[in-house]
Amino acid sequence: VTSNSKQRITPAPYMNPLVAGVLLGMVLLATFLVTGHGLGATGFTTRLTAWIGMHVAPVTTNANDYLGGMVEEGSPLNAWITWQVIGVALGALLSAFLAGRIYVQLDGRKYLGGSKRPWTALVGGVMVGFGARVAAGCTSGLRLSGAAVLSLAGFTFLATFFAVGLLASRLLREEE
Amino acid sequence: MSEILSGLLLGASFGFVLERAGFGNPNKLTGQFRLTDWSVFKVMFTAIVFAAVGLLIFEKLGLVDSGALFMPPAFLGAAALGGAFVGAGFAIGGYCPGTSVVGLMSGRIDAAIFLFGLLLGAVLFAGVYPSIEFLTSLGEYTKGDTLADAFHISSMSIDAGMVIAAIGVFILGSRMEMKSKGPVRSQV
Repeated sequence: VTSNSKQRITPAPYMNPLVAGVLLGMVLLATFLVTGHGLGATGFTTRLTAWIGMHVAPVTTNANDYLGGMVEEGSPLNAWITWQVIGVALGALLSAFLAGRIYVQLDGRKYLGGSKRPWTALVGGVMVGFGARVAAGCTSGLRLSGAAVLSLAGFTFLATFFAVGLLASRLLREEE
Repeated sequence: MSEILSGLLLGASFGFVLERAGFGNPNKLTGQFRLTDWSVFKVMFTAIVFAAVGLLIFEKLGLVDSGALFMPPAFLGAAALGGAFVGAGFAIGGYCPGTSVVGLMSGRIDAAIFLFGLLLGAVLFAGVYPSIEFLTSLGEYTKGDTLADAFHISSMSIDAGMVIAAIGVFILGSRMEMKSKGPVRSQV
């Protein structure tokens, strides 16, 4: 599949947010009923970091206070969250394919730094990766799943998440 | 249900709905912070309310033991500090961890860079962990883990309040969308 062949397909419009919200709520509720916990994402990226470390720098990783525990079990990727994230990737691929929305591109230049877009993506990723470890959760794990069980941590996260996000987005100028 | 199958199926449903809503698109996701596209809050609040009310109903029917559900511990300082980092990183980088996977699967190179950044962020955190370990248990609220514990009101009242808040998000958001360029669409 080349990007050229995809350009000719008109992408389907996005789903109505109310409908998408109800569907997402059903998935979240089903996840709680089946597993006892909600949906997540950074549980996986942390485990992936431990797994890569185990193969690239085993001595350092084993000695590390944070990642060492995960490596000790032998296979840090052996967890439910790994299968869930693989599922997210497959589900997103299927949806994007059916809607004609697969297009290889460097997106977000208009609002997120123009020609510096690769850097905003990298720096943003590092900040999120770091912050999600401080809070022991991310937008899915704490904000969505943590709020559904009415947790104080989930709503506290949501409040500073939005306030600081509002301020940070003011730092970026829209490119013409 | 086997672990692998439930993870794959629930994850695939999650990813499918996120992509349908347009949440692989960084312009749309960050529109929430520019207050020009309220899809993120509309979808999120609807989902939270649906799941919270659903859990309450299942609990009242005796089909779910709420004590057995995972509850994030009330390290409120850690949640606030982490939320600040994630909010800033989301606004600058254009994604959160889950949506960057969706962005990558729809061909976005910037989402791949963001994902690489996530791993670097975890490495950075692990590297300085001994000196910042205290941050992860900062500001513990000791009287309980939920809104109901903290404010001495029933979960049902909180759910009712959240339904009203969600309706408010739809009304306020739609008005602000109309005053601006409106929600980001899939067609460029």
